[in-house]
Amino acid sequence: MTTATPTQDAPRVKKRRGAARVEKRRGTRDRLVIGAMVGIPTVLVVWLVWLPALASVALSFARWNGFKLSSLEWVGTQNYTDITTIYPPFWPAIQHNLIWLVFLFVLPTTLGILLAVILDREMWGSRFYQTAFYLPVVLSMALVGFIWQLFYSTDQGLINEVFGSNVDWYGDPDINLWAVLVATAWRHTGYIMLIYLAGLKGVDASLREAASVDGASEVKTFFHVIFPVMRPINLIVLVIVVIESLRAFDIVWIINKGRNGLELISALVSQNVIGEATRYGFGSALAVIMMVISSVFITIYLRIVFREERR
Amino acid sequence: MSATTAPPTAVGTPRVKERGPGGGVINRRRGSVATVIMLVLAIAWLFPLLWALYNSFREYSYTQVNGYFSVGGWTLDNYQEAWSRGNFGLHLKNSLLITVPAVALTLFLSSLVAFVLARFSYRFNLTLLGVFLAANLLPPQALLIPVFRMFREIPLPTFMSESGTMLNSFWALIFVNTAFQMGFCAFVLSNYMKTLPHEIYESAELDGASVWRQYWQLTMPLVRPALAALATLQVTWIYNEFFWATVLISRGEKFPVTSALNNLRGQFFADTNLVAAGSIIVALPVLIVFFVLQKQFVSGLTLGSTKG
Repeated sequence: MTTATPTQDAPRVKKRRGAARVEKRRGTRDRLVIGAMVGIPTVLVVWLVWLPALASVALSFARWNGFKLSSLEWVGTQNYTDITTIYPPFWPAIQHNLIWLVFLFVLPTTLGILLAVILDREMWGSRFYQTAFYLPVVLSMALVGFIWQLFYSTDQGLINEVFGSNVDWYGDPDINLWAVLVATAWRHTGYIMLIYLAGLKGVDASLREAASVDGASEVKTFFHVIFPVMRPINLIVLVIVVIESLRAFDIVWIINKGRNGLELISALVSQNVIGEATRYGFGSALAVIMMVISSVFITIYLRIVFREERR
Repeated sequence: MSATTAPPTAVGTPRVKERGPGGGVINRRRGSVATVIMLVLAIAWLFPLLWALYNSFREYSYTQVNGYFSVGGWTLDNYQEAWSRGNFGLHLKNSLLITVPAVALTLFLSSLVAFVLARFSYRFNLTLLGVFLAANLLPPQALLIPVFRMFREIPLPTFMSESGTMLNSFWALIFVNTAFQMGFCAFVLSNYMKTLPHEIYESAELDGASVWRQYWQLTMPLVRPALAALATLQVTWIYNEFFWATVLISRGEKFPVTSALNNLRGQFFADTNLVAAGSIIVALPVLIVFFVLQKQFVSGLTLGSTKG
């Protein structure tokens, strides 16, 4: 952990001024090089992220089967109307995404924060615990879904064997969402713990000492001193959880392609492109709904980052 | 893809370095209660992988008769069977052919941007950072349709892609992964570069070193630790990437290993021991990376949350 921790003391203000002074003397060749250094990566990201984002917005107002451009037909907000009125999986998907979000907050996020707070202490075996909790973080969600089949399988799964039950955990539409969420929590907890632990290491130790000198209990110290200081990290965690629950896709796709109790918006978009029907306009409208929700949180995120940058 | 949102921010003066007496020592009674709870939780967290490992070495027929709580029925056949039925040799090779170029390209391009962001103060710096960082956070599904349609139209010579288009080619995955991951890397690297002493650039300027030389010969060797940490992180992320590979590739033999799992589901799920062996095979590369380069992995994630 120590290798990549840059020191803090380089005074930035002075550095900036120096850079500005030097810039004026820069030759044409250097300017071209700088242009290319910024330009090539920018072209890539604009080409594969920003133009497609705009195209999604445009397509969401059209009806198109994806073949000839001439078959494209502008339909106004028809797609949005259809999605909210006559597309059966939409509201379940919204509901599932919301359940996903609330669940991630209530259980794994809280647990991850709690673990971080405990592991931040001097504690015997702290390293071992940390490793155990963030081991699942290196696995893909698709693989997590695969591994949990060992617990959830109807006839060979561990859970049914222990309880003598006969539940189809991944298949039963009433419970499969919860089964998937438990598997997700296995991975999510360690991720949040890691982020929070890094944040806690940054809290000034003297704050804590001052609080304990004043006789504040540990719980009080956390809620009244540490938690408020951690505000940027808390916001980042909030953004991560929202974005993660919006992007959730891999595990439901690997189980049943996001049907039958596991509908999520991300899966619906994919079904409209690589599924049986290619409804590009309709799929795009779903995509835009995702984009609008995420952009609110991306804005929050960028504002935190920029505030830190300007400091 | 699900792990791509990493947290760049700073609290006070962050030191990820091991602090002396951490957040203070807990009193003894509460300490032992905490230890017990942590131990139970840690074992619970390790259990799924250990369970998979355990059952991957056991015969299906044995566990069918004696139940999964039995001991015995040892075999290596599950691995052999999973390896050949899952065609893992091919898929792991595909993963390698996608991951290595994508990580290299991501680190190279993002270090270029990071260098300019850290070294010069242009008015567009923040905007530029925003363009890359926001791209890192957008849900990929939101861009699926245009990217998919566009790649279908882009022809590639057959020696680059057997299908003749960008769709179904590794190039598509390399570029898409790079475009998405650059934001995080550029952010982390530029913060790291800002901590380098400015004097080295002043003397380089006096020596008449070009911008390119300042980047390649001066800056890059100094940011090696950050590059190593990011490389570790990116290898696991791109190896684990599922969504783009699933939608942009439709030919079975072209899938990288993570999205190949999707096709194996049907033939594996009837035999849990086979699932266990398959899971261990797929997890092994990232587990090795994790255990060998654990420090790099953790510092890569926390690098974003500390700021020099």
